[in-house]
This record gives sequence, structure tokens and C-alpha cells, in this order.
Amino acid sequence: MPVQCAACGKKAILKRPKTADAMCRECFYWAFEEEIHKTIIDAKLFTPGDKVAIGASGGKDSTVLAYVMKALNDRYNYRLDLYLLSVDEGITGYRDDSLETVKRNRDQYCLPLKIVSYEDLYGWTMDAIVKEIGLKNNCTFCGVFRRQALDRGAMLTECNKIVTGHNADDIAETVIMNILRGDIARLRRCTAITTGQEGSLPRCKPFKYTYEKEIVMYAYFKKLDYFSTECIYSPNAYRGYARAFIKDVEKVRPSAIIDIIHSGESLSIKKDVKMPVQGTCTRCGYVSSQDVCKACLLLEGLNKGMPKLGIGKPHKVRKVRDIHGYV
Amino acid sequence: MSLNLKLEFSGGAELLVNKVKNHDITLPISSKLWTLRGLLDWIKDNLLAERPELFIQGGSVRPGILVLVNDADWELLGELEYELQDNDHIVFISTLHGG
Ligand SMILES: [Zn+2]
Ligand SMILES: [Zn+2]
Repeated sequence: MPVQCAACGKKAILKRPKTADAMCRECFYWAFEEEIHKTIIDAKLFTPGDKVAIGASGGKDSTVLAYVMKALNDRYNYRLDLYLLSVDEGITGYRDDSLETVKRNRDQYCLPLKIVSYEDLYGWTMDAIVKEIGLKNNCTFCGVFRRQALDRGAMLTECNKIVTGHNADDIAETVIMNILRGDIARLRRCTAITTGQEGSLPRCKPFKYTYEKEIVMYAYFKKLDYFSTECIYSPNAYRGYARAFIKDVEKVRPSAIIDIIHSGESLSIKKDVKMPVQGTCTRCGYVSSQDVCKACLLLEGLNKGMPKLGIGKPHKVRKVRDIHGYV
Repeated sequence: MSLNLKLEFSGGAELLVNKVKNHDITLPISSKLWTLRGLLDWIKDNLLAERPELFIQGGSVRPGILVLVNDADWELLGELEYELQDNDHIVFISTLHGG
């Protein structure tokens, strides 16, 4: 006897992790899209006339995001100008394949596409950086450069907002990582649905409450075209552990993901905790809590042949060691 | 008599089975019935190239890998206890790979 849809009684095809409801295909599509619409409306993410850059990697999250943003923009007449924005890190055999996926998405969803490359922005591809520094801190470079690259690409296309495909699982994972690292400033920021202050564009996460399982199921049933493979340079072990932990607790209690996000939101920071003051980089003008931003520092290291220059936070490490009496 | 199944690995799960997405397999009919539990054992012995713990953990699929039977979530079908039928289409999708 097949399980019936909780909403309409037809044959169910999926058990929703958030609600444990069984749902048929059509009711699932509807519930999935409507929840994202509600998130957008409740958090007032957009105003009519916004030009919105969708950070598009060709992966499952951003592919589903592009599809749903377009569908909701049409259904509810948000009156947004939507663009696909991709960053080409210059990783042969990885990014060139995923960019092909993004190009197909451009044609399938009729959305204009802008690609910005590390090579144009910084003069270095990731392939060249890895040749120079090896496989140790390459993800630091890539992460720092990507953050700015999205902003710069969005500004080049005259967009005033960026949306990214970060989902509930990603955010829960980031909460855990920031707790483990004791990174209070990031812990506070990472659960916000919109981030970005003066000097950078607002960035929103319409999938903040959307479970990864549902994104993948939605892509599967809708037969959306996405690219899945690990970056060839990035077995990001630390995130990998946090990810496995989240999936393990989700298996036992699916609400754990939303609960962890809620915990992150509820933490309050004592008044006497020193938070970094955000200013702007004296070299490139991007937001930074230091005189020179991390990207410019990393770039200086690369260009001077001293790639370790911007890696790590020596002062912080020393301080923590003093406090805890580490050797 | 035998049991024919179509297995599909995607979302990065195919990387664990020699990068081949589709596997048509035939299981011998024995006295016992084939369940998904038995199929996972069979996959472990016959398809997983290396590091089987990236696919199977604690006798089930690793958390983060989704399973569909004939386009329905296995969580609606009894998961490991589901009794396989001839010509079933079983899909494994990893959610653990890049977004
Ligand atoms: Zn229904
Ligand atoms: Zn700078």
C-alpha cells in the first residue's frame, strides 16, 4: 500500500525532513517554492526594480536557486532583473566543466550570464597559484578571492544585490565550524539572512531555511541540469567533518539543522567582547577590518614570491596560546 | 529465475563506483528475499572500489546519501527492510559533494 500525500491523497514520493510529511510530486514542488517565497517576503529581501546577481557555480544549490528565483519572480511579479554571475577561478578540469553547466542554465532559464575570472581580477588563476604555493593553503586564497570576485562581478553588471545558494545545512555547518574555531565575529554574521555592509553589496540567502535533501530531490524530480564533483584542489577536511556531523545528527533528528541555526541566532555577545571594526582596504577599497584587506595581502605575497604572507592570523594564535597556556 | 535491477549513482556517488553512473545488475534468487539491506551488502562486495565507508556506514548508506526506489524516497518504503522487486530502479544521490 503506497503512502499517501498528506495534502492531497495522491501517491507520495518524498518524506519532508522538516515536517516529516509525506508528499506527492506536485504538492512538494508547491510547498518547496512557497516556503522560499515566504522567506523572501518575511525578510523583505527585495524591492521592485532590484538588479539581482545569482551566484551561479553550476552546482545543485545555485542551479535550483536560479530556477526558483525565476519561477517566483514570474509568479509573484517581484519585478527583479535577474542575472547569473559566475566566478572562473581558473581550475582546469573542474571550473571549465561547471561553467559549461552554467552556460546551459543561461539558455534554459533565459537569464543573462556574466563570468568574472581570477585571472582578470587578480592576474592569477588558481592553477598558477597552486603551482606557486602547492596544495596547502590554496583554499584560503580561493575563498578570499571568491568573496570579492562575486562583489566585483555584480558591480560590473550594475547589480545592487547578490543572492547565493547557501542552504540550511550549509548554515548549520558554518555555525558549528565557527563555534569550534571560536570565531565570534563570523558566528554572529553567519546566520544572518542578509549580510554585507557599506562598501560591499547586500548578499541574501533565500535558502536559509531550505534543507539540502529537498533541494537535491527538487533538482532530481525536475531533472535540473547541475554539475557535481569535488574541486580537484579542495578536500576541505575541516568542513568535511562538520558536514558529516550535521548529516549524522540530521539522521537521528531532522529538526536538528533548524535548531542549530536557531542556536546560532540566539547567542548574544557580551558587551566587553572586542569585535573587529569594519573599515575599508586602503589599497582596493573593499570592506576590511584591517588597513589592507586579506585579498590584497595574499596578492602581495604571491607577487613578491612570499605566498605565506597573508596566511593565518599569527596574533590571534599567539593570544589564544597565552590564555590557555599552550606550548 | 533471477532479480534484475537498475542501479544509478549520481551527485558524486558515482565517484565511489568507478565513475560509472548506471549499473544493470542481476541478483540470483535464493531462498531468502532480497531487501535493500542485502543489496547494500552486495554493492559493498561487488561495486565499491575503495573506501567503502564513504558509501556504507553502520550497515546503512552514509547519512547525506539519498536513496530512491522507482522515483520514491526510500524513507516512505521501510528503508533497509524494503523487499526488492524485479526491474526496480534504485537511485543513490550524494548530497555531500560540492554545491
Ligand atoms: Zn499531493
Ligand atoms: Zn584590498
